[in-house]
Amino acid sequence: MLGKRAVIFASVGSMLPFDRFVRAVDEWAAEHPETPVFIQIGGGAYEPRHAEWARIVPHADYAQRLHDCDLFVAHVGMGSILQALEARKQMLLLVRDSSIGEHTTDHQRHTARRFAATPGLRITEDEAELKQLIGELLAHPLPSGDALPSAAPAAFIDRIGAFLAPARTS
Amino acid sequence: MARTPRLIAAASGGGHWIQLLRLRDAFQGFDTAFVSMFDSYRPMVEGHRYYTVPDASRFDLKGFLPVFWRALKIVARERPRAIVTTGSAPMLSFILLGRLTGARTLWIDSIANSERMSSSGRLARKLAHRTISQWPEVAAAEGVDCWGSVL
Repeated sequence: MLGKRAVIFASVGSMLPFDRFVRAVDEWAAEHPETPVFIQIGGGAYEPRHAEWARIVPHADYAQRLHDCDLFVAHVGMGSILQALEARKQMLLLVRDSSIGEHTTDHQRHTARRFAATPGLRITEDEAELKQLIGELLAHPLPSGDALPSAAPAAFIDRIGAFLAPARTS
Repeated sequence: MARTPRLIAAASGGGHWIQLLRLRDAFQGFDTAFVSMFDSYRPMVEGHRYYTVPDASRFDLKGFLPVFWRALKIVARERPRAIVTTGSAPMLSFILLGRLTGARTLWIDSIANSERMSSSGRLARKLAHRTISQWPEVAAAEGVDCWGSVL
């Protein structure tokens, strides 16, 4: 049920601007004034006129907003994906297009393919579809998978630890 | 008395940094200093020394020098036994300085590079003691190891 308490947290990540994303989320906010929308816009040129926004929020604030939101909207960045998986939050992701300067390489398209089947997330390349999916996911949230532990798997940790400190047993 | 060996764990902002934090259990036994690009990350590694290097997400020669200079000062102060990074390109400075100062160096290519290794990872291959990919197919194609991933 889409109630008044639904809250959206959107973030472009911390490194590069993503105006196409910010504009789309802001347009959605304009059409849905009853839904609180907050966007972390980074270094972008487009400043939202309808959604609440900040360039960058302190990490504790970021974690709180991620925890409190009903839908996390982001780019296909590993920081966004990992943190939303850890928080077990449904996420909607827009792919950065390197051909129009939204990233330095097209690796987000590769990441999108790798994570397309991961529970709890939806990925699109199209900003019109992004706006449509925001409403859909608020009305019908995705079933989420298990929360991701905050540490990498032990086998990976152990290999790295052993490499960095070969004499750690002495 | 011998001091606890020091480690520098470095990552650019965003996903690189989140991946590095997921590996912190691997740094046990070290006195670890963290390096990234934003002051806002400091509370995430409370109890550790934390340094920032200039934000250089679009990395080129012009961006390299200020980062390298800052990295030089950090390495000179820390004198680490080992250096580990999850990228991106600016953090090659630490790998290079680690080699010059006798530290053990490890480049972990970001999990975001799922089809091919990053260009900075390819450079790291020539510099670091060990470079690994988090995707078995990428590792096989590049002739590097895959030890698993942060996921």
